[in-house]
Amino acid sequence: MEGTVFRYGDNIDTDVIIPARYCTEYTADKLAPHALEDLDRTFVQRVKDGDIIVAGKNFGCGSSRENAPIAIKGAGVACVIAESFARIFYRNSINIGLPILECPEAVQGSMEGDRLHIDIKTGEIENLTQSGHWKAVAFPEGIQEIISLGGLAAYVRARLNPVK
Amino acid sequence: MSAMTIAEKILAQHSGKESVSPGDLLFAKVDRILGTDVTASLSIQVFKDMGAEKVFDPSLLVLVNDHFVPAKDIQAAQLSKNMRQFAHEQGVDAYFEVGRSGICHSIVPDQGLVKPGDLLVGADSHTCTYGAVGALATGVGSTDMAAAWALGELWFRVPSTIRVEVTGKLKPFVGAKDVILHVISKLGVDGALYKVLEFHGDTIEAMNIDERITISNMAVEAGAKSGIIPSDEITLTYMKEVGVHDAQLLDADPDAHYDSVLRVDVSDLKPQVAKPYLPSNAVDVDEVVGQQLEQVVIGSCTNGRVSDFEVAWRLLQGKKVHPSTRLLIIPSTREIFQQLMANGWANDFVEAGAVITPSTCGPCIGGHMGVLAEEETGLYTTNRNFVGRNGHPTSKVFLSGPAVAAVSAIRGKITNPEVMF
Ligand code: SF4
Repeated sequence: MEGTVFRYGDNIDTDVIIPARYCTEYTADKLAPHALEDLDRTFVQRVKDGDIIVAGKNFGCGSSRENAPIAIKGAGVACVIAESFARIFYRNSINIGLPILECPEAVQGSMEGDRLHIDIKTGEIENLTQSGHWKAVAFPEGIQEIISLGGLAAYVRARLNPVK
Repeated sequence: MSAMTIAEKILAQHSGKESVSPGDLLFAKVDRILGTDVTASLSIQVFKDMGAEKVFDPSLLVLVNDHFVPAKDIQAAQLSKNMRQFAHEQGVDAYFEVGRSGICHSIVPDQGLVKPGDLLVGADSHTCTYGAVGALATGVGSTDMAAAWALGELWFRVPSTIRVEVTGKLKPFVGAKDVILHVISKLGVDGALYKVLEFHGDTIEAMNIDERITISNMAVEAGAKSGIIPSDEITLTYMKEVGVHDAQLLDADPDAHYDSVLRVDVSDLKPQVAKPYLPSNAVDVDEVVGQQLEQVVIGSCTNGRVSDFEVAWRLLQGKKVHPSTRLLIIPSTREIFQQLMANGWANDFVEAGAVITPSTCGPCIGGHMGVLAEEETGLYTTNRNFVGRNGHPTSKVFLSGPAVAAVSAIRGKITNPEVMF
């Protein structure tokens, strides 16, 4: 996949990713128009399908609201690259099928507006604007399995209805 | 068998293994699954999408109305309605309705729904609160919750553990909140990412369950998966009070392996205040005295228990809330509210000019019943002060314990209780 970078700082919390005032909603179409609203008012107008959020450490800290990755994914973001993720956000993203990569070097080496090429399977990230090439931390095997099935819901569906 | 931390013991036991090590990925059976009005509706939708019809075991489910109740608007009413219907269809006994409910993290322990050694997940980040009674309890998302409903188990990565040794006798006006704000300021908001905090030391051992709840509740504010306190005689006495008679003592093995050890001496600790916009921004209250406040909130799953209101009441009784400040008191549960009334504190709070709200998350999540306007400043005993958390994105919230909150409400500005009395 290839997309344009939206660059943010450390500790981007779920309260700015999707404020609680919108959390009486839980579908992508209702949440996406408010993604990152309290952090970057123009994000939703500027973001295009396939774009990439690149952020510092502890991305997605704060509440357990799954509305946060749903809002980001719904806005068109294809991948989030961060130095590290808060653990519930990390789980939620895997579970709903929003690709995330932990790669501090790629974060250091990418700026707002850069074009990145990403291979989610291998974790390889290439900066096409500034020429840089990195490899993200690989997911543990069990998590790979959930991701390859398309998220936790698909995994549970497969377990509840095993192919006879 | 190798020596294990408390979290490792609980995960080994719940996954049927002799022992586990940090980094292991496993499926473990859960003892309870907590959902609230704000997270359950999405889980119900995902649960149906999974092709599931019946939950694995209805006695595992706890469903609590707390975040947007009494319903703040039509959508919020629908969220509660979805959860109510689901609880009914699935035969969930531990469903808590408005009026008989309260903030989930007070309801779960006080209703005897957790005990030492349990593994709990909840679609709420402060599920880590139950570490106060020696459980491994952690926040998950709505899809996780739906999976746990369907399977009775969930995937976990065994976390490493940071041992936090807290020693020393606390000074007057300094309490559990000051201790945990101080610890988080040392760790940073991501200092315990993917890890568990295990609390030890004579300061923790001397704390009652209300105070331990404050400590464990904020573990997630350092990024931790959970904040566990070994269960001791104080835990067992509390468990009996809430009707659990088979609770056990639980501690780490003496030679368990820790990621690191943080030692904190709190004998000289001053009352702490965390500045906007991070809970890790704690400083001595003296550094921020004089800050004008439009609103003070005493309550939430962090400091909304009887001991917290006792601290506030001692300072507020016979006094008046400053004319330019609003004071909100939020008892965590109906039973706690009844206690405030029985002790006469409720009347004293109202007499002072405070408003007592129903047991709700309301102002803590910027939902309703006390949201901040543009540029307003608050001092809250809650656990988070991120941008926009409590209202308008330009509003600011300082975090403190109930003593600083009470005297600051009287003065209308951040005040050090040591100086006032
Ligand atoms: S009181 Fe605040 S922190 Fe606690 S559960 Fe409610 S919203 Fe979350």
